[in-house]
Amino acid sequence: MEYSKKVMDHFAHPRNVGELPDANAVGMVGNQKCGDIMKMMLKIENDVIVDVKFQTFGCGAAVATSSMATEMVKGKTVQEALTLTNKAVMEALDGLPPVKVHCSVLAEEAIRAALADYYQRQGIDPTPYVGVIPACDDAHEHDHGAREEE
Amino acid sequence: MEDRFVYADNAATTPIDPRVLEKMMPFLTTEYGNASTLYALGQSSHLALEEARRQVALLMNAEPGEIYFTGCGSEADNLALRGYLHSRQAKGKRHLITSCIEHHAVLYTAQALEKEGFDVTYLPVDRDGKVRLADLEAAIRPDTALVSIMFANNEIGTVNDIAAIGALCREKGVVFHTDAVQAYGHVPVDVKAMNIDMLSISGHKINAPKGVGALYIRKGILVEPQITGGGQEKNRRSGTENIASIVGLGEAARIKRENLEQEMTYLRGLSRKLIDGVLRMPQTILTGHPTDRLPGTCSFCINAIEGESLVLRLDMNGICASTGSACSTGSLDPSHVLLGIGLSHEISHGSLRLTLGKQNTEEDVDYILERLKDVVDVLRAMSPIWKA
Ligand SMILES: Cc1ncc(COP(=O)(O)O)c(C=O)c1O
Repeated sequence: MEYSKKVMDHFAHPRNVGELPDANAVGMVGNQKCGDIMKMMLKIENDVIVDVKFQTFGCGAAVATSSMATEMVKGKTVQEALTLTNKAVMEALDGLPPVKVHCSVLAEEAIRAALADYYQRQGIDPTPYVGVIPACDDAHEHDHGAREEE
Repeated sequence: MEDRFVYADNAATTPIDPRVLEKMMPFLTTEYGNASTLYALGQSSHLALEEARRQVALLMNAEPGEIYFTGCGSEADNLALRGYLHSRQAKGKRHLITSCIEHHAVLYTAQALEKEGFDVTYLPVDRDGKVRLADLEAAIRPDTALVSIMFANNEIGTVNDIAAIGALCREKGVVFHTDAVQAYGHVPVDVKAMNIDMLSISGHKINAPKGVGALYIRKGILVEPQITGGGQEKNRRSGTENIASIVGLGEAARIKRENLEQEMTYLRGLSRKLIDGVLRMPQTILTGHPTDRLPGTCSFCINAIEGESLVLRLDMNGICASTGSACSTGSLDPSHVLLGIGLSHEISHGSLRLTLGKQNTEEDVDYILERLKDVVDVLRAMSPIWKA
């Protein structure tokens, strides 16, 4: 398994990592059993994402995809952010090993979960906008690839 | 400390000892004869082969005639399990007992044998990773052909009570194989005193090259060859012998025999320092047996961070380490060993294995501790589940 230069760059120097105390949209997906948890914190003003921070527990790809996803939504409108796909995150990172594709799915879901929270805080049902965010087990379509070991 | 390169993954593989390489060189250059030929050039290879066999046997107290060279440790495991069970099935002995934390060379071979119709019992292990004698005794049946229990585990370093297992198997009249790939050359191995009938080893774990191993088969035990052909290795393993690598394995065994006690003491000291240092960090645990463990194996779980991230960041600091986290296995589950000793998925994701070798120094350990602390701090700072 090999990561692209972009993935390693975002892993080694994650963008927008940390906490955002004045966030008004927060989403957390994954769980510790599965091995990846992503928390997205957005500050949204007039429908524009003016600031974003993430925290991730997970592998190199999980960190890199969260980092890239924050860059891709920063400065965007909520509507634009809703169109973010895992595929776009992956392409922006010059691809991911097949067993790591689920990390990009999680990054997309983390953004959507934060946006769902944004709608909810305004008393709006988020489902028509963000859809249903799957639970850990269906979210993780891990490939059961061959294990390398010694 | 200043940046340095520290190889701390000696359970994965080891560097070739310069003395080993030197012994091998003639057989990669001028001494290229086939050991089965009659002329002097071939005889030179033959003599080297037999000297290597003698050296490999000495380090486990076997007879040279009981050593069969193979292409790797995995092949030795395959030959032991498949070869022995196939030779016994006509006698109605179709049952194999192994443990749930074996290396996949044994585990997947056992599963393949199940598909062929053999019956396999996978014994559980205790929290330290040891097979319990009572479980083994209860599992032995009249049709049990073989017990295969690893000498020492490659992920957590736990050393099984091999002499007791061997004695029990001998008493019950069941053949006992042990995968000693991680143990041979690292802790004392004595096939006679420990009542071992078959034992697998691999060159690259003892500073010999990759791609060479051996199976000890006690005299009188029948094993069906898995590779047929020219009849080398007394028909048990055909194929023109890899003289250079076998010579390397022999020399590595000789060096290990000369230095075993000294190296064990040295590595235990280094490991003690490393383990104490890591356990001083909050929310870290040692995995495996606290004392009955391989001298150089230090394995941990570090809470609230994930193993692959840890290994990648250590690599950025010049440190080679490994992990049994799910992200490293390419599946949903962390390693079967960590789950086998009863750790939760949550804890296992933070697994870290540092395995020291004779080339490592006190300064290496200081450096690992310093950088590991930095890396853990960075990763915990970005972890949404970290609570100090
Ligand atoms: C316990 C154990 N058994 C078997 C093997 C396989 O040996 P090889 O790599 O020579 O096939 C290894 C490591 O590689 C091991 O650690």
